[in-house]
Amino acid sequence: MTVGSSVQGDPVAERREPVQVRGEVLARRRVGAYQLVEITAGGIAERFRPGQFVALSVGGPASALLLRRSFAVYRATPVGAFSGTVQIVVGVHGRGTEWLAGVRPGEPLDVVGPLGRPFRLPAAPTGCLLVGGGYGSAPLFSLAEALRARECRVDFLLGAGSQDRLFGELEAKRTAGAVAVCTDDGSVGRPGTVADALPDEIERTGAAAVYACGPMPMLRAVGAVAASYGLPCQVAVEESMACGIGVCMTCVLPVVGEDGVTRMSRSCVDGPVFEHDRVRWDDVGTVPADALGAIS
Amino acid sequence: MTLATHPVKMTTDLAGAVLPNPVLTASGCAAAGRELQPFAPVSTLGAVVTKSVTLRPRAGRPTPRMAETPSGMLNSIGLQNPGVDAFLAHDLPWLAEHDARAVVSIAGGSVAEYAELARRIAPAPALVAVEVNISCPNVESRGEVFACDPLAASRVLAAVRAEIPAVVPVLAKLSPDVTDIVAVARACADAGADGLTLVNTMLGLVIDPDTMRPVLGGVTGGLSGPAIMPVALRCVWQVHAALPSVPILGVGGIRTGLDALQFVLAGASAISVGTAVFGDPSAPVRVLAELETALGERGFAAVADAIGYAHRDAGVELVVPPPPAPAGDPARLSAAAGARPSWRLGEEDVW
Repeated sequence: MTVGSSVQGDPVAERREPVQVRGEVLARRRVGAYQLVEITAGGIAERFRPGQFVALSVGGPASALLLRRSFAVYRATPVGAFSGTVQIVVGVHGRGTEWLAGVRPGEPLDVVGPLGRPFRLPAAPTGCLLVGGGYGSAPLFSLAEALRARECRVDFLLGAGSQDRLFGELEAKRTAGAVAVCTDDGSVGRPGTVADALPDEIERTGAAAVYACGPMPMLRAVGAVAASYGLPCQVAVEESMACGIGVCMTCVLPVVGEDGVTRMSRSCVDGPVFEHDRVRWDDVGTVPADALGAIS
Repeated sequence: MTLATHPVKMTTDLAGAVLPNPVLTASGCAAAGRELQPFAPVSTLGAVVTKSVTLRPRAGRPTPRMAETPSGMLNSIGLQNPGVDAFLAHDLPWLAEHDARAVVSIAGGSVAEYAELARRIAPAPALVAVEVNISCPNVESRGEVFACDPLAASRVLAAVRAEIPAVVPVLAKLSPDVTDIVAVARACADAGADGLTLVNTMLGLVIDPDTMRPVLGGVTGGLSGPAIMPVALRCVWQVHAALPSVPILGVGGIRTGLDALQFVLAGASAISVGTAVFGDPSAPVRVLAELETALGERGFAAVADAIGYAHRDAGVELVVPPPPAPAGDPARLSAAAGARPSWRLGEEDVW
């Protein structure tokens, strides 16, 4: 962001400012081990670009859970019978997601979004391989649409621990060129991880760019394989966030800037999408001694 | 409540800083204001209390830096900030351009560092007050927490006060993790602090039952949120009772207008909304509206009249609150209003 800039008078920037809206659960259904939740959230879908996320209040008005839960947007529908909706995929990890996985249609939900930096798209038609782990694949489907709109070939590689934790296999098969699937337990597709399968898929599809979303160890491994083929790779990271809007400083990870300096960057506003080779994967969870402002 | 109430004068004087309203952000919970702008325009806030700035950039502590706790959270950010040069070059000018008032929080490792920081920020635009963070629990050594020692605290405050123009108030931000907060408060006031920010987070710990190790990378962290509000409120109460002429910026777990009202009644001239912003980025604006309504409903013409009102002697009622009545029961409301002449009715009120 330009220092001292103001979005006032800049229609594009204004349109991209996040909004806070009182939404409502429109529908919820089970998809494998996950819950797909559709929320009316006027204004958010209109601003959304693939890779961005929303931050939700959980637990209702008397909740003792104060912090927002952030979810990658699976699908955003700007215009429709319900004035704009977003869909998210919820996996249960704790009390907040447990509550969300049980919401009923009509439940009010306070939604902030769209948040974060989106995926950057190739300037010219490019073969893109989209790699998803578990429900981390959710944001890849709106990305695929945006890529196809730019005449990019889109192929998928989806992986998970087991078949019920795969997300979007059928949709990928309906819409994409090649779709490869793998599971850790071999319950469907090739046994092993997406990183194991990635060399074959890069060679088979001839992809020139890789996009990945899923757990941090997977992102690290996928990016390393992409790099070994000399392919650019963007990843959407998962870090624990309290606010999602850039004020709490909890979701940081060491990222090398354009100037070569490592900073503890916020995954909510500087990410969640990063170039894989900018993230110092060995040092995630630490403050590297050469990071700007590290205590020497 | 749908009670229409008299407009309340919300201007407040925080130790000499005249603010359009008493609702501020809290240091470390709003960065330098810019990220809140889409949700809570900075010009509408009493002031933006910026995240503590240090002389040099600070990378902070390793992750995980946050653990959610019942009605609260633990953080160990470790004062991550870009350093005073970047802060003065980027953050304060932005606040000035957007018609915000800035309460600049400074944090140092020595008296000399605090003094140097004060010198650097003294001429800055938008500066309406300085908050001296002598109570961050997330420093490498708990021994550096000046607010745990009245003498150390007073040295820092005297050094900062000497560097800041007299028209700009200096606030000392104190820790609740002390045996006698009044003693620390008195030492700061005697050393020249114009006011006090009460309180910083309390030191806490969460252990992950699966890994059986502390959750936070920094092991311990600062507890904030509604969980600490009664503690914060008690500190405001005790200090206001002992030092009624020392203005207080109240902070700790405020998430509604009625929470803010409690701090004002306990003796705060203004309040900061902190952790609530993480869950609701527009919380400061909402708290302000709710506080104004709450004051009006209780018959206060100005927020200034409510400061410390909970300390009044038994039997003394400067304003008489109306009895609780269900909304939409006009007969009961008008009867109550008629029986209590000190309950001010707005001209536009129609029961």
